Amino acid sequence: MISLDNVSKTYGSGPGAVQALKDIDLQVPKGTIHGVIGLSGAGKSTLIRCVNLLERPTAGRVSIDGQELTVMDAAALRQARHQCGMIFQHFNLLTNRTVYDNVALPLELMGQSRQTIRERVTPLLEMTGLADKTTQYPAQLSGGQKQRVAIARALASRPKVLLCDEATSALDPQTTASILTLLQEINQQLGLTILLITHEMEVVKTICHRVGLISDGRLVEDADVGDFFTAPGTQLGREFLNDFLKLEAPQALIERLEPEAGTNTHPVVRLTFSGDSVATPLISKLAREHGIDVSILQAKVESIQGRTLGLMIAELMGSPTQTRQALATLESFDLHVEVMGHVQRTD
Amino acid sequence: MSSALIDLVWQSTLETLYMVAVAGILSALIGVPLGVLLYVTRPRQILAQPIVNTILGIVTNVGRSVPFIILLVAIIPFTRMIVGSSIGTNAAAVPLTIAAIPFVARLVEGALNEVSPGLVEAAQSMGATPMQIIMKVLLPEARGGIINGLTITIVALVSYSAMAGAVGGGGLGDLGIRYGYNRFNPTVMLITVVVLVVMVQVFQSLGDYLVRKSDHK
Repeated sequence: MISLDNVSKTYGSGPGAVQALKDIDLQVPKGTIHGVIGLSGAGKSTLIRCVNLLERPTAGRVSIDGQELTVMDAAALRQARHQCGMIFQHFNLLTNRTVYDNVALPLELMGQSRQTIRERVTPLLEMTGLADKTTQYPAQLSGGQKQRVAIARALASRPKVLLCDEATSALDPQTTASILTLLQEINQQLGLTILLITHEMEVVKTICHRVGLISDGRLVEDADVGDFFTAPGTQLGREFLNDFLKLEAPQALIERLEPEAGTNTHPVVRLTFSGDSVATPLISKLAREHGIDVSILQAKVESIQGRTLGLMIAELMGSPTQTRQALATLESFDLHVEVMGHVQRTD
Repeated sequence: MSSALIDLVWQSTLETLYMVAVAGILSALIGVPLGVLLYVTRPRQILAQPIVNTILGIVTNVGRSVPFIILLVAIIPFTRMIVGSSIGTNAAAVPLTIAAIPFVARLVEGALNEVSPGLVEAAQSMGATPMQIIMKVLLPEARGGIINGLTITIVALVSYSAMAGAVGGGGLGDLGIRYGYNRFNPTVMLITVVVLVVMVQVFQSLGDYLVRKSDHK
């Protein structure tokens, strides 16, 4: 539904030029919710603005529903934008229009009759839970209500695609959850394709089917959400995940960690379980088969898009030979093993 | 106070109101579109035209830097062309309008600058044309600021209109100078000042009321 081929965006020219996007390839199939996550300044905002050409890419092609936007003239592009709703971090509602008139705006721009506008706006206001707010002005609404108005407005032209630019970043966690639920309903009931950018893993975890990770203008990962959360392919992906899961080794342990194994050290490992490996009685197996003790320092289980994800930081206590064999056994299972370092044995 | 004096004050008040009304309406009709042009032709704006913008900017600044009393006499040929005479109340309304146009334009430009760029971006994402963005987003959202700017213009016009006496335009300022100052009649001077103060108060309060009424920020 959305297709970005080799999209690049450079601001300025000459030595002062800033390359905000570099060779982005992104395909979002019809009916999916695709998240793009990244740190501030990574190019997320530029990326989503390149989809409806609010920012014109310096190179590459952008297509929505098979229509190539990057070759259109201004008039054709305006028509194409009716297919593509957008919501924003700061809602961008017109302060001097009522809720009803804000939602009606895209239809007015399309030259629809009052009758058509009424027929379209009323059900949208009901769907977004704003039926009793029609005559109020944005200043009278809470942040969550404002974003609901913005969502209703974005849907008024019956688009095939919804772009969400940090749509929940200005909202508290509870309101975020209700907006995400609404987006999910829209996706399921209307079959709308959603591309959203965010810096919150929670958003990706809650509603996305696929996720891309953008770093320094490049799309460095593009994976199913389940895969991304269980086995991110990049260091940055792991950092996002660890930060989200807040599974950090205790400070006292980090201070004792040494990068290299010594004659008298134990390895400390971070294990990420997913799928079937969650159910395996792994720890007792290690203890039984390799005669080592396992000291669990941190552990957590999360459920993401119906998949279970387990995380554990553990010290493998045994002789160097035993622990080496134990690590080999661990790696033969369907789980991600990362040796964080080694600690001097204290026993 | 003699009835002749009352008549004189009344007549002068009407002359001032007439000059302010004519100049206010005409300068708004021309100044608001000019202010919109000044804003939308800025670089990176919806109708970016850097050269046009620079030229408009210079013209506006020139208009605003000429002292009103000089403008009043400098454009006498133009005034004669427009109203057929270089003296009288109508003749005074022409330079008042010319002086107020760039004033209104800059105030409107400033009011539009207060509209969040996000709103323009949102309208663009909906496929709005530049004209639709101006009519449905920029002007309605800047309504409070524009009314405020027009109020400031009207008040400035009341004050400028005092100089209209230089071309025989009449009005309260002229009355104050001719009867109050030249003929050493402090009563007339005081009356004209009081009427002007009341007039400005009324215009300002009315403007403030309209801003409150029209703005839902």
